[in-house]
Amino acid sequence: MNGIHDMGGMHGYGPVVPEADEPVFHAPWEGRVLALRRASGAWRRWNIDAGRHSIERLPPADYVRMSYYEKWLASCISLLLDAELVTPQELASGRRDPAVPVATPPLTADKVAAAVAAGGPTERATTAKPRFAAGQTVRARNINPTGHTRLPRYVRGRLGTIECHHGAHVYPDSNARFDGENPQYLYTVRFAARELWGERAPASDAVYVDLWEDYLDAR
Amino acid sequence: MSKDHDRYHGHGHDHDHGHEHGQDVPSETALRVKALESLLIEKGLVDPAALDAIVDTYENKVGPRNGARVVARAWTDPAFKARLLKDATAAIAEMGYTGAQGEHMVVVENTPQVHNLVVCTLCSCYPWPVLGLPPVWYKSSAYRSRAVIEPRAVLGDFGLSLPDDVAVRVWDSTAEIRYLVLPERPPGTDKMDAEALAELVTRDAMVGVAKVAAATAKEGA
Repeated sequence: MNGIHDMGGMHGYGPVVPEADEPVFHAPWEGRVLALRRASGAWRRWNIDAGRHSIERLPPADYVRMSYYEKWLASCISLLLDAELVTPQELASGRRDPAVPVATPPLTADKVAAAVAAGGPTERATTAKPRFAAGQTVRARNINPTGHTRLPRYVRGRLGTIECHHGAHVYPDSNARFDGENPQYLYTVRFAARELWGERAPASDAVYVDLWEDYLDAR
Repeated sequence: MSKDHDRYHGHGHDHDHGHEHGQDVPSETALRVKALESLLIEKGLVDPAALDAIVDTYENKVGPRNGARVVARAWTDPAFKARLLKDATAAIAEMGYTGAQGEHMVVVENTPQVHNLVVCTLCSCYPWPVLGLPPVWYKSSAYRSRAVIEPRAVLGDFGLSLPDDVAVRVWDSTAEIRYLVLPERPPGTDKMDAEALAELVTRDAMVGVAKVAAATAKEGA
């Protein structure tokens, strides 16, 4: 979707202001949100792409105003509701619906270290051959999907050069709508800064973007 | 600080800013999170001890010291550096750093001719196993919007000015590949071992918004 989250190349957000001696969490609730989202994700009722899409669908004004962990909290709640792990009534009352049996958590404390260390690799075996070769010129497709996509607007329609491929990876556009992993080759594509931003950009500079095969056309 | 400062830095709503830091009065958000946590525990959906373990992992166990050890080893062990640049996931796993948000790693090397900078314009993807959780500035709208269109100006915000003959390469983390910058080893550090070198390596240098400086004060003798 052409959402507010697709920020590459926008103006108006001011300078980048690093914070000295920044803590990992600015308040304990931030860590709890991270943990709640991770632990409830262990039910495997959604995937990372659906999770990202739930944040992208926040109203644009809210998206810009909210902090990272506020967005995660909103996303966690919407994912839990969509997955029907929690009902709106339970959320409103804060109490469990007594008609629903108490569950057993899939992620217990003894499994956390292994779960963190394993992560969720997205590369998948494939027998397909890559469509594009290193050094080849490609054009990022000018498409405007209304669902989740990882093709940023600032490269659409632009010419780039295949740097390398990373094997076949889960395709976020279909995975986010629970329509299958549809693994396909993932490429790093080099876009000259001038191709993206015009002649005032330094000739030496470039942006490298990771793009799936369905985002690209041969020139 | 101004309201704009709060907004860009995402510390929360204006009305509860300050309370979060002092912990004297729980913010509205903190109460909402507590209520959600209580509900999920009551329903048996999450294990409170697992929540504690996850927080402890990212607050105390995983952080940029991991990445600093990777960088220092690459500076002192040419065979490791070669493996790191060829297959970063495997080389970093040799050091025990694997997993969530670092499943597929790529290391990009800074040289006198090339400076690398990492961003995620679409969300805030970041190599957690080697750098921990991202700082607020990395997640800010300002960084995400500007890093790709005016990387040299963004570096200027960090006090780093690059000569025109240095090429800037920006890596936008749009997939599940996570990038770590291998900074240049600072001059005057020839006699330092990997452990001492790791002390010099900062998070910002591994994202690409800073260079590593030789800490003459620390290593003076």
